[in-house]
Amino acid sequence: MERSNREYTVGAVEDFMPQIGRVVNAGEVELAIFRTSAGAFYAIKNHSPHPKGGPLAEGIVSGYYLYDPLHDWKIDLRTGEVQAPDQGQAEVYPAAVDGGVVKVTLPAAVARL
Amino acid sequence: MAAEREKLVLIGNGMAGVGTIEQILKLGGAYDITVFGSEPHPNYNRIMLSYVLEGSKTIEDIILNDLGWYEDNHITLHTGTTVTRIAEQNKLILTDNGLAVPYDKAIISTGSNSFILPVPGSTKDGVVGFRDIADCDAMLAAAKQYRTAAVIGGGLLGLEAAKGLVNLGMDVTVVHLLEDLMERQLDRTASSMLQAELTRQGVKFAMGKQTVELTGEERVTGLRFSDGSELPAEFVVMAVGIKPNVQLAKDSGITVNRGIVVDDYMQTSMTDVYSVGECTEHRGTCYGLVAPLFEQGMVLAKHLSGVQTPGYEGSVVATKLKISGVDVFSAGEFTETPEHTVISAKDEWKRTYKKILLKDNVIVGAVLFGDVTESANLQKLVKNSTEMTNEIYDEVMGTSCCGGGGAKKGMSVEAMADEEIVCGCNGVTKKAIVDAVTENGFTTVDEIKACTGATRSCGGCKPVVEQILQFVLGDSFQQSAKQGICSCTPLSRDEIVAEITAKGLKTTKEVMHVLDWKQAEGCSKCRPAVNYYLGMIYPDTHEDEKESRFVNERMSANIQKDGTYTVIPRMYGGVTTPEDLKRIADVSLKYDVKVVKVTGGQRLDLIGVKKEDVPKVWEELDMPSGYGYAKSLRTVKTCVGSQFCRFGTQDSMGMGAMLERKYERLDMPAKFKMAVNGCPRNCAESCTKDIGIVGNDGGWEVFIGGNGGIKPRIADAFCKVKTDEELVEVCSAVIQYYRETGNYLERTSEWVERMGLEHIQTVIMGSDDNRKELAARIDFALAQVSDPWKKMLDDKNTRTALFEQTQV
Repeated sequence: MERSNREYTVGAVEDFMPQIGRVVNAGEVELAIFRTSAGAFYAIKNHSPHPKGGPLAEGIVSGYYLYDPLHDWKIDLRTGEVQAPDQGQAEVYPAAVDGGVVKVTLPAAVARL
Repeated sequence: MAAEREKLVLIGNGMAGVGTIEQILKLGGAYDITVFGSEPHPNYNRIMLSYVLEGSKTIEDIILNDLGWYEDNHITLHTGTTVTRIAEQNKLILTDNGLAVPYDKAIISTGSNSFILPVPGSTKDGVVGFRDIADCDAMLAAAKQYRTAAVIGGGLLGLEAAKGLVNLGMDVTVVHLLEDLMERQLDRTASSMLQAELTRQGVKFAMGKQTVELTGEERVTGLRFSDGSELPAEFVVMAVGIKPNVQLAKDSGITVNRGIVVDDYMQTSMTDVYSVGECTEHRGTCYGLVAPLFEQGMVLAKHLSGVQTPGYEGSVVATKLKISGVDVFSAGEFTETPEHTVISAKDEWKRTYKKILLKDNVIVGAVLFGDVTESANLQKLVKNSTEMTNEIYDEVMGTSCCGGGGAKKGMSVEAMADEEIVCGCNGVTKKAIVDAVTENGFTTVDEIKACTGATRSCGGCKPVVEQILQFVLGDSFQQSAKQGICSCTPLSRDEIVAEITAKGLKTTKEVMHVLDWKQAEGCSKCRPAVNYYLGMIYPDTHEDEKESRFVNERMSANIQKDGTYTVIPRMYGGVTTPEDLKRIADVSLKYDVKVVKVTGGQRLDLIGVKKEDVPKVWEELDMPSGYGYAKSLRTVKTCVGSQFCRFGTQDSMGMGAMLERKYERLDMPAKFKMAVNGCPRNCAESCTKDIGIVGNDGGWEVFIGGNGGIKPRIADAFCKVKTDEELVEVCSAVIQYYRETGNYLERTSEWVERMGLEHIQTVIMGSDDNRKELAARIDFALAQVSDPWKKMLDDKNTRTALFEQTQV
């Protein structure tokens, strides 16, 4: 039972402005939720993989890429992968729209943090 | 949604019509909108068909508004449907598949068709126009199967088609009726230079030939000319012109001449029916280029949205050929007659040509070949019927004494040690850059940036990186690709600004679509830049794009590395009151501010405010934003001045506060700092400010281009003025000229070196008219600004979305 993933409803679609990130705390995890101009939703842990860390929610969004607001790293919102010349991995979680609300699924290990 | 909205029907799903709809949506026009298109595709960018032909783009790449856009905006779209008649009596739009859609207002935007020469054989297989995606597909298919092609028509479209087919590997001959290519845009000299250049690129020409017949059985095999000669061709493209598509208008009983006749508000002869684009005829002219379509669409959109607007008065048409490596430009009149005064310069070695036509000393037209850097400038001069002056002459003919400046081509990099750090922000050594060039074969700063990270942060090392490139590559450096403002585009700042103005582009999205950005939504470099240029060009209408702002500007506060923010209230001229200080102290205590610090510009930093507290801090301070985060006027530093100082000759505190109030809030290319001193002791350090002002007994001295930051630079003495009014006018003109010509993120220290101090002096001090016009333009822009803190407090939705954190 403790092992199962946990689904969080993070808000209604219209709570999120296109290309402008929003911080949502799901359980103990601080998420940055992004809505792209094409209407897709992505959830990423609001912590930059850059060694100096910092938030991600305030970055500039282009397509499904995010530019880290503090260090300008380019991060693929689908995979969390940092693009060259930098290297790193941000934590991303599945996000989906269901009946006008946005849902994010956190793995059991993360949800119990 | 209210059910009572008026019904707007757009007939024609092309750039002109959909552009109009986009403007209407932006202006908040309340309509239920239906769009009919004959083609099976959503709206695409027809001017980019040349790239589809060339193979560098697919049809998906050039789609401007995908189906989702129509859905998002609640627009009903019928593709593959042709409208057959507008029934005025019962106000219905009738279609070929039996639809009858009611309308309150209708827009005909049916565009134009290729004009197919009415010669025998023109209906044979293998004969196409060059107009839509189907034509493009036919040309791509032909290139796979056949070898020889003829393009009839040596105009813009014909030449682009010919070059496309050459790129696809065909043997192509351009057949032209006259002896000069693009004779409607170019004079004989430019035309022959163009022909020579294209010949070099593999295009053949048959000039002065009139086609009388296309030979062959089912399929075309060649052309026969009026002089009896023949040209074999397995594939023929007709590009002799376009014909406004007026069938629908005609069938519906609307007045049609060559195109659908409209008045200055794009109204046709039928009540409530309008028309824009290539299908229209306005004051006797049918346009076939993109800029007039946008201008017409703008007037119509305003008219239909109930926004006051002057009528459309016709466009000055400018032409640019979209063939790589062939730069041709023309605007206004180009054929000289005895009443013209002609300025021209031809350089056969560099293969450049420049001609400017004057009528009664007014600039009425221009032709450029080979070097089109002055095209935007000239287009503006022609459009505004500007009178020629010595300054303009020097500028456009490049005879000005103070050319570039700045770019010191010293080979000091040769002596630089391998381990010396070139990029201090990212710790990149000279050796790392040299290795990137030699091992990976990189030739551009962008490639080096992507590989090593050099130049990506502050950009201060870019000139050194360029020098290293030049040093390692030697002669081949010259051949390296042209650098754009970022890796999303090869276009420079000036080219982008020119295109925005010429094509009437209004949003970053539009700019990036029309100008063919590699990454459709740009990146963290170009999005803020383009947003700035749009705001600079259209101070009254541009809607600032929050999503294109760097975090500090979007939040109107400075982000710190831990995600908290710094708030700085305005203190005009660095002067505050005990009451304000008390309030700042109270708010700082209440919101647990980590540090209160005096900034370099004599203001108070409240450091470490939690993100969700930021709006509350603004609200309780109830002071204007100090813009500590912005690319705009930060502070005007002052000394005590004549109010209290025993040496003071001028009221520096008063003047500083006044200037700060005047110029606050306006966007600039980069942050901007000023200082005002009451005497030459210069206690407020004018020498390191963008504009530094020093008072003396008889007036003020103005210094510009100083900087104490990344690249320290002592300001240059700019001018001396006697009165406060003159001082303000000079400051206004300098700031506005910087706003209009500065590259985004370029500080005035770099700007002064790039433009040349003497040039700026000539522009601003050399002409009273110029100075006054610049000052008037900044006053117009200043009239549009408002305090972002107040605005955000009033906008609950944005405030919530940006600052609040929810817990689920």
